[in-house]
Amino acid sequence: MATATKGMFVDTTLCTGCKACQVACKQWNELPMDDETAVREHRAFTANSYDNTGHLSASNWRHVKFVEQFSEDRVDARWLMMSDSCKHCEQAGCLEVCPTGALYRTQHGSVDIHQDVCIGCRYCVGACPFGVIDYNQRTGRVNKCILCQDRLEDSQGTACAKACPTSSLTFGNVDDLKAMAAERVRALHARGQTDAYIYGWDLGNRGTITQGPNKGAAVADMEVVGGLNVFYLLLDKPEVYSLPSSPQLPQRNMNPSAGVALISAAVLGVTGLAAFRRRRMEAVAASSEVSS
Amino acid sequence: MAIATTSRRTFLRLSGIGSAGIAASQLSGLGFNTAFAAKRAATRKLEGTKQTASICPYCAVGCGTMVASKRDDRTGAVRIVNIEGNADTPHSTGSLCPKGAATFQLAVNDLRVTRVMRRKPNATDWDDEEISYDAALDRIAELVSKTREETFVEREPGTGKLINQTTGIFALGGSTNDNEENYVLAKVARMMGIVRIENQARI
Amino acid sequence: MQFSDWIVFMGSNMAECHPVGFKWPMKAKANGATLIHVDPRFTRTSAMCDMYVPIRSGTDIVFLGGLVNYILSEKKYFLEFMINYTNAATLINADFKDTEEGDGFFSGYDAKTRTYSNATWQYQRGPAPARVPEAPAGAQGQSVKGVNFAQLIANRLPGVPKEDRSLQDPNTVFQILKKHYARYTPEMVERISGTPKELFLKVAQVITENSGRDKTGVFTYAVGWTQHTTGVQLIRTAGLIQLLLGNVGRPGSGIKALRGHAQVQGATDISTLYNAHPGYLNTPNARRAHDTLRDYILTETQPTSFWSNTPAYVVSQLKAWFGEAATADNDYGYDWLPKITGDHSHLPTFVEMSEGKIKGMILTGQNPATSINSTFQRNAMRNLEWLVVLDLYETESAAFWKAVAGSDPAKVATEVWFMPAAHIAEKDGTMTQTSRMIQWHDKAADPPGQARSDLYFWYALGKKLKARYASSTATKDLAIKHMTLDYDPDPADVAEWKHKDEPSALRIFKEINGYEVATGNVLNTFGALTADGKTAAGAWIYTGALQLIDGKVVNRARMTPGKNDGWVSPSWGWAWPGNRKQLYNRASADPDGNPWSERKKYTYWDATAKTWKNVGGDGIDFAPTKAPGAAANPTGIGIAFHSGRDPFILKTDGKGWLFAPVGTVDGPIPTHYEPWESPVKNLLYKQDRNPVAKFWDVTGNKYNEFGGVQFPHVITTYRLTEHHLSGAMTRWLPWLAELMPDLFVEMPPELADEKGIANGDFVTVTTERGSTEARALVTRRLRPLTVDGKRVYQIGMPWHWGYMGIATGDVANNMTSLVADPNVTIHEAKAFTADIRKGRAR
Repeated sequence: MATATKGMFVDTTLCTGCKACQVACKQWNELPMDDETAVREHRAFTANSYDNTGHLSASNWRHVKFVEQFSEDRVDARWLMMSDSCKHCEQAGCLEVCPTGALYRTQHGSVDIHQDVCIGCRYCVGACPFGVIDYNQRTGRVNKCILCQDRLEDSQGTACAKACPTSSLTFGNVDDLKAMAAERVRALHARGQTDAYIYGWDLGNRGTITQGPNKGAAVADMEVVGGLNVFYLLLDKPEVYSLPSSPQLPQRNMNPSAGVALISAAVLGVTGLAAFRRRRMEAVAASSEVSS
Repeated sequence: MAIATTSRRTFLRLSGIGSAGIAASQLSGLGFNTAFAAKRAATRKLEGTKQTASICPYCAVGCGTMVASKRDDRTGAVRIVNIEGNADTPHSTGSLCPKGAATFQLAVNDLRVTRVMRRKPNATDWDDEEISYDAALDRIAELVSKTREETFVEREPGTGKLINQTTGIFALGGSTNDNEENYVLAKVARMMGIVRIENQARI
Repeated sequence: MQFSDWIVFMGSNMAECHPVGFKWPMKAKANGATLIHVDPRFTRTSAMCDMYVPIRSGTDIVFLGGLVNYILSEKKYFLEFMINYTNAATLINADFKDTEEGDGFFSGYDAKTRTYSNATWQYQRGPAPARVPEAPAGAQGQSVKGVNFAQLIANRLPGVPKEDRSLQDPNTVFQILKKHYARYTPEMVERISGTPKELFLKVAQVITENSGRDKTGVFTYAVGWTQHTTGVQLIRTAGLIQLLLGNVGRPGSGIKALRGHAQVQGATDISTLYNAHPGYLNTPNARRAHDTLRDYILTETQPTSFWSNTPAYVVSQLKAWFGEAATADNDYGYDWLPKITGDHSHLPTFVEMSEGKIKGMILTGQNPATSINSTFQRNAMRNLEWLVVLDLYETESAAFWKAVAGSDPAKVATEVWFMPAAHIAEKDGTMTQTSRMIQWHDKAADPPGQARSDLYFWYALGKKLKARYASSTATKDLAIKHMTLDYDPDPADVAEWKHKDEPSALRIFKEINGYEVATGNVLNTFGALTADGKTAAGAWIYTGALQLIDGKVVNRARMTPGKNDGWVSPSWGWAWPGNRKQLYNRASADPDGNPWSERKKYTYWDATAKTWKNVGGDGIDFAPTKAPGAAANPTGIGIAFHSGRDPFILKTDGKGWLFAPVGTVDGPIPTHYEPWESPVKNLLYKQDRNPVAKFWDVTGNKYNEFGGVQFPHVITTYRLTEHHLSGAMTRWLPWLAELMPDLFVEMPPELADEKGIANGDFVTVTTERGSTEARALVTRRLRPLTVDGKRVYQIGMPWHWGYMGIATGDVANNMTSLVADPNVTIHEAKAFTADIRKGRAR
């Protein structure tokens, strides 16, 4: 039975970087620490602003990014924060490449992983343009945010959005969220915050970046891989938030016969795909101009 | 005592292992064991739990939490299963910060000390010996009483004023306690003549 | 806060330290309010604000005093509010001398004792009412029998304060303030605080242009304001601004104190502090006229404020504590109580401990081993004969004797007991959050293993101690012998739980709330308390949290969702006193009782019904039917002494105090002094530091040279969202440990370059007390400041780390010193000096 597509609107202008979403996610989903030994041995500190978990992983299905943009004279001074997770893409690369159907589209429009069916082949890891999916060494399967599928079935919202103190994360019907996002961008523009735009859907907003290294550059709403059911209001270019500005689905990168390519990849082993994911993320990182 | 009971929640227990939202017929063709999915559905996270309104113990905003608990058939004790925000709370509306969201792990944690421990003078580690809470209290009462008798001043030297003061004992802490705990703490301590009673409000 | 038109966060990092509360400022922002953060560091709060304003730590009084000067000199005050509701027009004793005349000293200073006499700070008054002869006081132990307190209090009424409502008299508070702050100019603010003048003026414009009849704003602070040697005066400066601008008692107004611990408010109300009994009654003190109960009551009762009811609160408390044993024949047991003989607070007690005078300590969820000058405190603990720790985890204090704490266990003779404690979800009880709201929580689970609630510990210990003294006839043992201690549970209430002997929190709550002695019925309001032994109440301010309604006891502190709750949700929990959520709300109406404006309508006088009403269902913080036109009665006791236009019922003149003739030991008006350790001299006065600050010149607590070169940088300590205080409740939690795994020090790249420090390097920060190793977090969120033409670097460190837990690290408090505010003995950890170098400490 199909229901309205559910998703989340991530308004980064309201994010205080508190990481309640990260912990609420781990609480509900009972996820362990990423690397306890690293913490105990003092290898976990990154010195990268207030981000010490670094990226999404099998045990961190949510991750808060911190971007410090301060000019030398501190006249320009802003600290951008963004809570990231799986985007539950309309055209989900992971789902398309999964050979077993472990990754599937739920009745809520989200992308869930059926763990029993996952064989740990890791095609999806390379297929995700956002670096969301991670191979879980403990279980031999892959993990990512599943939009709290069990809570959705009880008509509850996601644990992260419920916890968010400032409503930076809002859970709801994607159609409603789009209307809310459009309204929010209009309100911000009216207040002079003309850098606000939507990443995930094209709601028609155009603006100009007001601060930071990209000051003066034009920004515009962008639809990404057919639309993102978890979508973002940003204040700077996507790369600044380590988001790809023109994400590609893997089958378009490879050849028309994606299935064949992937099967041969399976024969060759998964290292190639893992490397593919790494390269993709490095490319994103390299293109982001983050001043410290 | 609980404000709401949810005996038949449709919540699923996941452990990060996925969902039962996929039809068995879809799977059978691939040769997977569908019985596993059915079994998982029986471990629904909040099924059979009692929901009790509580408060976050960290900062002083006093955010409302909702504690799900359940009797452990093996031990007979009631155990915490889940703690999240209480959406009815007017000032926190269901939100929590990362600490508040971790309140569950503050309670359910292998590192939490759940046994009475004694360290003998000059020992390099805690005793291994098991000791009952009551026996420990007997010893503590003895120590409190002994130090009181050793350091009690009924009339202040010099002024001759009646001060009834136990000078050698310090009761420190209280900003993490309930009001009733502080009330009894301060009452018992004061009646023993202890005036050095302090908590974190000062520091 | 969501109704504020401006919010200044200062001394608070609200988004990080009170993240959920921060949703309300964010709402205000969405409604168009201007959010301003004044702070040494650009934090996650700054990131959310419209304006970030840098400031040198410890110079807040200059900044705020600058705002006072701006308001007075530019005539931006809300005249009608100021002249009617504050003591601006009151005349002060002509012998009063300001710090402008005394180069940093007010009149009354005694250099030998380093104290002030406040004799010259008093109001000029008309003649006092005629005195009637009093019967001689009874003997000790019999001092209140047959005493008519109302008569005695009437006999102590002062004369009516003199005023000059034209504000021209040089002795008016208004003129004194103008003179006092005249040199706190925008230029002076920039020179001392390092805050660019333009930014300061922008703040001044925003708050003055958005205050008045239609608009209100709020200051929000936390320990960034309290942890200074001038902490109390610092907060008073913000009080001055709000009284001048009319931002008190009104929606979206005030000064919001954000308390750090869940129960800092509750543990102050139901005090576990040496100087207060529950309900803010002063502890009997051998240094004051407290020899008998009569002396105590007459010393503590203010004849002309709401505190005129003190006799009822005191006697009811003694009845709660001693039950039937407390009678008029024995002064209700007053003489059995201990009296204080000095400052017995945390810091001086640790100094005594270092001298071997403290033999035993019971820690109930506190962690002094990581506290102020932690090396000093850990060393002091090694002198203890015994230590009892009640906690969930093996804290640094529980393990202070271990090698990991730097101890040689063989040389530490302390007997240590660790009593595993219960989590909040494992017990019933109430907590009082930062806005004075009491919330009742139910037990949801059994504590694991041998863990028990702290309530059980103290109750069971109390029982055992009582048993030890049950047959004693010694006068020194009468208190413990006669103490009431019967909170055994109703078996039905504990039937479902593992422990059947858990004391009943509800029974204790009832004792706190108060009841009629004859019937045991709970009392619905503190107005019902009497001084004749017929009522008992542990803490008068909580009376009414339980109420007898239609023969049933209703627990108003329960978290009951309400319908149409309006602004203040009166049904959710219960705010003392009398469920008043906005204090002094009489001030939300003009002198005639009409709302200042429709937009800020709150409490108002309904002339037809002849009663005060509130639009949000809030309790009226005023005599409910006293008309705005009611005249003051110079022979009236308590608030009858005030007129219908005097909103501040806890003050002796019903006014908001711009000038405090009593109550502060370091002056009647806030004055800038440099922190105890500062890289620069005081540019305003010859006197550099608060002349009456508390300090301890003892081994292990050496101060950095004032203005010296060895420790040239300003350092401040603080908290992060991801951890709590000493980390005892967070560094053991995997989910939180990984978010902030290691101690770091934040510094600007300009300083890092000078020191050859790269981001992520190990660095060592030092003071005279010791050193702390941390990782460098080099960030432009910190910036060099120019102070009086000299470049000053500020660095900052969170203080959550210690040697126990999953995420361990050095203790930031190794560097802080024992030095404190003279009013409340709160230490100065927000502004001191340090040096920093590349490399590891040890």
